[in-house]
Amino acid sequence: MLELFSFGDTGWGDELLAGFGVTVALAAVTLPVGILLGFAVALASMSKNRVLRSIGIGYTTIFRGVPELLTLFTVYNGAALILNQIAKAANPEAGFVELSPFVAGVVSLGLVFGAFSAEVLRGAFQALDKGQIEAGLAVGMRPVHVFHRIKLPQVWRFALPGLGNLWVNLVKDTALVSIISLNDLMRMTSVAVGFTKKPFTFFLVACLAYWAVCALSEVVAAKLEERANRGIRRA
Amino acid sequence: MAFTDVLVNFWPRLLHGLGLTLLLTGVSAVLAAAISLPLAVFRTNASAKAQLPLRVYISFMRGTPLLGQLFLIYYGSGQFRPALQEVGLWTFFRDPFNCAILAFTLNSVAYQIEILRGGLMGVPAGQIEAAKAVGMNRLQAYRRIILPHTYRIAQPALGNEIILLMKGSAVASVITIFDLMGETKTIFAKTFDFSIYLWAAVIYLVLTAVFVRAWRYLEKLLNPHLAGHAPAGALHPVMGMR
Amino acid sequence: MRLTRRLVNFAAAAAIMTTCGLAGALAEDKVVRIGTEGAYPPFNFIDQSGKLAGFDVDIGLALCEKMKVKCELVAQDWDGIIPALVAGKYDVIIASMFITDERKKVVSFSDPYYIAAMTHVVAKDSDIKEFTDATLAGKTVGAQSSTTQAEYIQKKYPSADIRLYKTQDEANLDMANGRLDVMVGDFLPMYEWTTKSEDGRCCALAGDAITDPAFVGEGVGMAVRQEDNELRQNLNKALADILADGTYKKINDKYFTINVHTMKKD
Repeated sequence: MLELFSFGDTGWGDELLAGFGVTVALAAVTLPVGILLGFAVALASMSKNRVLRSIGIGYTTIFRGVPELLTLFTVYNGAALILNQIAKAANPEAGFVELSPFVAGVVSLGLVFGAFSAEVLRGAFQALDKGQIEAGLAVGMRPVHVFHRIKLPQVWRFALPGLGNLWVNLVKDTALVSIISLNDLMRMTSVAVGFTKKPFTFFLVACLAYWAVCALSEVVAAKLEERANRGIRRA
Repeated sequence: MAFTDVLVNFWPRLLHGLGLTLLLTGVSAVLAAAISLPLAVFRTNASAKAQLPLRVYISFMRGTPLLGQLFLIYYGSGQFRPALQEVGLWTFFRDPFNCAILAFTLNSVAYQIEILRGGLMGVPAGQIEAAKAVGMNRLQAYRRIILPHTYRIAQPALGNEIILLMKGSAVASVITIFDLMGETKTIFAKTFDFSIYLWAAVIYLVLTAVFVRAWRYLEKLLNPHLAGHAPAGALHPVMGMR
Repeated sequence: MRLTRRLVNFAAAAAIMTTCGLAGALAEDKVVRIGTEGAYPPFNFIDQSGKLAGFDVDIGLALCEKMKVKCELVAQDWDGIIPALVAGKYDVIIASMFITDERKKVVSFSDPYYIAAMTHVVAKDSDIKEFTDATLAGKTVGAQSSTTQAEYIQKKYPSADIRLYKTQDEANLDMANGRLDVMVGDFLPMYEWTTKSEDGRCCALAGDAITDPAFVGEGVGMAVRQEDNELRQNLNKALADILADGTYKKINDKYFTINVHTMKKD
């Protein structure tokens, strides 16, 4: 049975490994996109400007409340249409602007990650000690410096557990892109199942691979938390 | 107007899909709640060695995609059909709805165990001691003191979990179940009208909003002592603490 | 911020792709991208080395040779195969797609490149002999979603328990493991599956072939965007050429024992 997973033309090992690579790449590319979006939305939700606040709250409500699968289908089927209409409006002779399943995956998973991380970051920002911020301003630091040297390190520490959880969820959600035929691990597993007719075997191996990534992520997150909390006294 | 056409033409199917989504979510959530309670008590109290299989199970369920778990059960059971037929279980696994309920329940049990564990550990130690001092046996202590506190603490997180379960239920559409997501896909395949996805999103959002309202109301019912917010520095009238 | 830089990069890329697209359209050595599913043996599938192969693929490559253009193959999920064509992900669909009026609303078709019928499939020991809404009420009937087979079972057997699958393979899997009482599929792939594949031996074709033109249309054609008239005419001419000079017959005989263009033995 082990030959099923060998590399080369007769085994599925290389296809599954390639799929695994796509899964990891998808998660890795989405992470910065999602965190940046999360910061932007968190700041918007906390701003004094009413319009910005409603945009922030509306955004998190929508992308936390709609199933990720639906967001994925909507982006995949709709964004290409919209992009091309914009392109055609700008230049009637325009060529095609491609929205590959990978980009659709990054965009939709990024939108969702952005919404959830915005809430985590917002909680972290609101947990900051106002006294420290006032002290920073009092010593003459400009708001940019206050953000960079006082707020950010502490927000990182507060948000880390929540963001770690969201990363694990992101890795698992990448499996959904198999449904829009991106050749990630889950999709390559389905292809292998179609050929070999051994669904339990192959899906079990795929699940174990995801499990390994998540377990590893939890170890790394714990280490990061340890480091971020160095020097902090606990109750 | 074109935007509402698809709704006007297909609302019976969408309604049917909605019903199926609610059924999938509701049945799985209730089953998982029933199963996870004794397991959570076990998880909180048993020795590390005895807990190991349970912890492996929880780690697996939380570390693998729901889609993978669903495929494992639905298509995987197909691989073992002769064996299942001998034990008489094939009629259960034959129906995709049953497979979905099984997958969602197993998944939710893992998360609910951890949530309830948080609740159990949050019960003030003093109250448990008091229960012992008054002479309650374990069952009475659990029924009258520990569990009410547990559920009060865990209630918001449990609400979250139910919402996540409802969103996760959308993957049932991948194994031929015509839930809301499944109907949406079918309607798009017929009409290529993009707006159906937007309407589906609206329906899910309304569902979530209604549920959140209802759950917050439940929270108020469970916390009558917090109604009419006490001033910040006040002591609790009965418990004598903040 | 990184976000704005990303936007600038995207805009620049779009501008470059626009000019390239324009230049490409004027160039002599045009690339025609063929979209196919890759999950529908023997017409289109992914072979063990990971490449797209099959009757549709071979026909497509032969047509490109005749049209003297370079061809690229793109795999696409069946449910999204038409929206992706309209969005411009590829230029022609050669994936055993029936020509139907419903589809003609959204795309244009070339001349049919083969004729097909549909058929019912049941387990070898099944006791279902007749196929009507009454006899199939409550039974599980399955087909691939977004296909003419799916349309057929939904219209003809509304009292049955309908199951739709993302790929034909998944439907076959459930037919083989007994979840489906009846499956409706295209004649040739079903014939292949029940006679040549290991798991297909569970089942057999049943009932008369379904040739109702309301569902099978005029045959199987190649879909192009409605505005790509020139491409469509080039495809038709190339098709006529390969039919005339024997290339079609060579590809046909590689996979089938009958002439699929006419559905007759010759």
